[in-house]
Amino acid sequence: MIYRECGQFKTSYGSDQAIFPIPQDRWGVMLALLIAFMVIPAIANEYWLGVILTPFLILALAALGLNILTGYCGQLSLGSAAFMAVGAFAAYNFELRLPGIPLLLDFVLAGLVAAGVGIIFGIPSLRIKGFYLAVATLAAQFFIEWSLTKFGWFSNYSSSGVITAQKMVILGYDFDTPLRKYLLVLSIVSVLALMAKNLVRSETGRAWMAVRDMDVAAEVIGIRIMKTKLMAFAVSSFYCGVAGALWAFAYLGTVDAQTFDLHRSFQILFMIIVGGMGSILGSFIGAAFIVLMPIFINLSAHALFGNAIRPDLLSNMELIVFGGLIIFFLIVEPLGLARLWQIAKEKLRLWPFPH
Amino acid sequence: MSFFFEVLIGGLLAGVMYSLVALGFVLIFKASGVLNFAQGSMVLFAALTFVSLTERGINFWLALLATLAIMVVLAILTERIVLRPLVNQPAITLFMATIGLSFLLEGLAQGLWGSQPHGLNLGIPDDVLVIGDMFISTFDLYAAGIAAVLVGALAVFFNKTRVGRALRAVADDHQAALAVGIPLKHIWAIVWAVAGFVALVAGLLWGARQGVQFALTLVALKALPVLILGGFTSVPGAIVGGLIIGASEKLAEVYIGPYVGGGIENWFPYMLALMFLLIRPEGLFGEVHIDRV
Amino acid sequence: MTLKKVLVSCLGAAVLGGIVAGGGAVVAQSNEQFIPMLSYRVGPYAAGGTGIFGGFIDYINLLNERDGGINGVKITYEECETEYKPDRALECYERLKNSGPTGASMFNFVATPPVYATMDRTLEDKIPVVAIGYGPAYTADGRVFPYIFPLVTTYWSQNTAKIKFIALQEQCLAQYPDLEGKPDRAAQCFEHAKKGELQGDGLDKLKGKKIVNLYHDSGYGKETKPILDAQAEKYGFQVVYIPVPHPGNEQQSQWLQIRREKPDWVILRGWGVMNPTAITQAARIKFPADRIVGVWWSGAEEDVVPAGDAAIGFIAAALNPAGDQFPAIKQIEELLYSKGKGNMQDPSRVGSVYYNRGIIHGVLNTEAIRKAQEKFGNKPLTGEQVRWGLENLEITEARLKELGLEGVMSPIKISCADHEGGAPVRFHQWNGKQWVLVSDWIATDQSLVRPLVEKEAANYAKEKNLPIRDCSKES
Repeated sequence: MIYRECGQFKTSYGSDQAIFPIPQDRWGVMLALLIAFMVIPAIANEYWLGVILTPFLILALAALGLNILTGYCGQLSLGSAAFMAVGAFAAYNFELRLPGIPLLLDFVLAGLVAAGVGIIFGIPSLRIKGFYLAVATLAAQFFIEWSLTKFGWFSNYSSSGVITAQKMVILGYDFDTPLRKYLLVLSIVSVLALMAKNLVRSETGRAWMAVRDMDVAAEVIGIRIMKTKLMAFAVSSFYCGVAGALWAFAYLGTVDAQTFDLHRSFQILFMIIVGGMGSILGSFIGAAFIVLMPIFINLSAHALFGNAIRPDLLSNMELIVFGGLIIFFLIVEPLGLARLWQIAKEKLRLWPFPH
Repeated sequence: MSFFFEVLIGGLLAGVMYSLVALGFVLIFKASGVLNFAQGSMVLFAALTFVSLTERGINFWLALLATLAIMVVLAILTERIVLRPLVNQPAITLFMATIGLSFLLEGLAQGLWGSQPHGLNLGIPDDVLVIGDMFISTFDLYAAGIAAVLVGALAVFFNKTRVGRALRAVADDHQAALAVGIPLKHIWAIVWAVAGFVALVAGLLWGARQGVQFALTLVALKALPVLILGGFTSVPGAIVGGLIIGASEKLAEVYIGPYVGGGIENWFPYMLALMFLLIRPEGLFGEVHIDRV
Repeated sequence: MTLKKVLVSCLGAAVLGGIVAGGGAVVAQSNEQFIPMLSYRVGPYAAGGTGIFGGFIDYINLLNERDGGINGVKITYEECETEYKPDRALECYERLKNSGPTGASMFNFVATPPVYATMDRTLEDKIPVVAIGYGPAYTADGRVFPYIFPLVTTYWSQNTAKIKFIALQEQCLAQYPDLEGKPDRAAQCFEHAKKGELQGDGLDKLKGKKIVNLYHDSGYGKETKPILDAQAEKYGFQVVYIPVPHPGNEQQSQWLQIRREKPDWVILRGWGVMNPTAITQAARIKFPADRIVGVWWSGAEEDVVPAGDAAIGFIAAALNPAGDQFPAIKQIEELLYSKGKGNMQDPSRVGSVYYNRGIIHGVLNTEAIRKAQEKFGNKPLTGEQVRWGLENLEITEARLKELGLEGVMSPIKISCADHEGGAPVRFHQWNGKQWVLVSDWIATDQSLVRPLVEKEAANYAKEKNLPIRDCSKES
């Protein structure tokens, strides 16, 4: 009743092809954006904006990138963090070597560099499939991490290979406080997320999904496999690259190649698996779960048992609870958290007459 | 020239150590078509349990038996609580379950036994065998022997026993296997128990070299290129893959490394595996899968 | 489905409840000084984390229990698990920086990456970051980094002491050639040095020697390259750099390279599992363990016990000696552990290398607060005020004796320009059961380190457009 597709008639091609064809969805997204842009900055403090929401959004962007590649195009990747590293170091070097370059252009260029690297490491996907493809992306992960550590040029010859991101200034406006950084990140992430939402239902996106479901069949019906797969690698790496640049510029401020190690790649993979493969919303839900849940568990554990349990045990309990939660959610809903949301939507459609 | 052979032999023996870890992955992959992300944590859990028991004054063999029993209980619990509710779910769901399991096991191992590194002496002599002017570690030779026995036993288990054949059927299709009367829950419990045993062996041998500590979970990283090269479903593949990876990465590090600043061991095996895969996309011994529309 | 629903809602309620409770838990009383504890008790480096933070917290509890805090101001702390990850550490930093009546006194990350990540934030938050025995060496220039305190000895300073120690051994061997290959060489040389029998510091003997720097292939591992190069040039020895890829649990090829290079000494810049692996691999190429000199992140019990007998003879730098013979630690055992209030899960680790490093953390942090109280009064102080205390911190031999910690560290003096103190380093050797000191305090070579520090700090200031303080105007 609250939510219903039936009875909503489209009277023009335009309304039929809208990103969110159902008004409730459209309003929902608008509301979410409104809350994110207006309400949260008003009520959240620096702690929430600076170290909870900003990293959450950036990692959600990286997860979105990986979801395009893995969830929509079916190509497993364990190298997302490496593409983030490429983005971060590229953004740093563009700022360093082309002083005065506009910040947004810098991020776009960083994303493009990452996309280029992504295409190179995507080439083996034309021949290798499934878990075996992970090798190509793992090669990317370790090779990129190694080269960024090994060749001083990338880090402007700093003795420990650490780069310090430059100030973020757009048209003389300095993004230096947590609030401003949050708004900048939020804007970039919202735009890119909407673009992704639009992209996955376009011809390219449909081709991706066809390849994911069965690439031989897709080839038979005339989809060009090479272009489709490499496009997915490029777009995915672009998203990861921008996320990496934001991680360096808007969040940590100082990064080295080890910031983007294999653990980060796995973390991003966990996000899309937990959140839901092939779902834009799932990337956000998954990022929330993987990034925020350990912090919440830490907070609640300290509040509940702070002084009653040995600190060593408490820290390990947090790990156990986190692992247990993943398994628990799986048993409740094996297809990821995004599926839970879908089920909720279907329920709302039928409410209050479920049968 | 003798230096070359020393590097080569050392590399081959190191490769055997990688294979030991890779075996655990292969077992689970054969049974459920899933990369068991928790394998590294199982290695840690098994070795830490064993070493903590011996440090509490329990006899070596008794501790080994007790650890095995614990791994079996763990396998049964995993099957009951984690796997059984997920029968016939897509592989990615099972993969996710193993992620959860790995966090759980890491917390459990450290929570129970503490985070201290332990020394481990298996009684295997760690001497140097001097042949000409080559040094070869006796410990590695013993480890290679143990690995050979293990692989032989597993090969027989998979190819000659009913359980082994049932296992391969399960890997192909859960539902079809159930339909022809294969007791899925037993099979899974058995496989996880065997994987736990392999994890224990790997944990002990690695633990004797680097100490039993949290970093044991990281040996899984060494097994990944081996798996990819050898094929996820092949026991002999894990061994051959290990030998190739071990030898070539050592030779590359020693002979190519110095020209590019060294430290290439982390990515070189993957590049190598990639080259192999471009020629044979299923890995050396992987099952050839023919796509039909 | 209903059962699932119930379970899900229970879970949601629990988590929500936790958050609400977590938000409201920090209720502070007025006369308290708050020190955040960003500990890591799980993961690959948990052995270090539990030891250092255990000692740190025990020392604070000792002060509270014995003296009622510092001049009547009780010290409180709150732990936050970082898992040794910079992003978790940053979250903990932001979470705890405003806790307590006056905010956090200072932050101890016991990890280098978060120090980098908070370099800019400290200027705004006005809370000092204390990095005892780690962190980027160039932050020792207090003119550029007013809020960063890499106290005691940075990696660069430590490295100069290490070369001096090696020179001393060479000098000893030149005078007493029959000690070569003896298991107690280092101990004998220490005896000779104590009696004043060594003629010279041996730095001239370094000419033509070959030293391998076996390093963890990361920012941490690479950090000493500039200073080692400078020393090699000055003393005429040759350095060969051999990187070990992370995590370092497999080092066969590196040690085969070392076998081919036939170096006189190996410097081990390891971390975590890389250390025991290196030591066992050394035994396999029959490289003598007493010719390996480790950094102090490879010189704890946790680094050598896993290597077994291969580690006997291994030498490492000591920020602090091990042992629980110090009166203050005896008091901790009496006042805390006998009542079950100790922080260590395993009380036998009290007095271990990491634990005593935690004690040093406790001493330097609380003495800085004490110093600041001299100027600002005996009340809870802000981070800004504690910063003054750190900058004017001086710990004398007499003061250490008063604290019951004579010999656990060397006296140091911090100033506006020098945030390090350049304290001397001792070296200890593992005898299979415990660490035994094999050198006196060896002074660092600030004439080499300081110009490098100033150069890098100036570069940083230029890149970041930071002002350079004029220290003559500081009070």
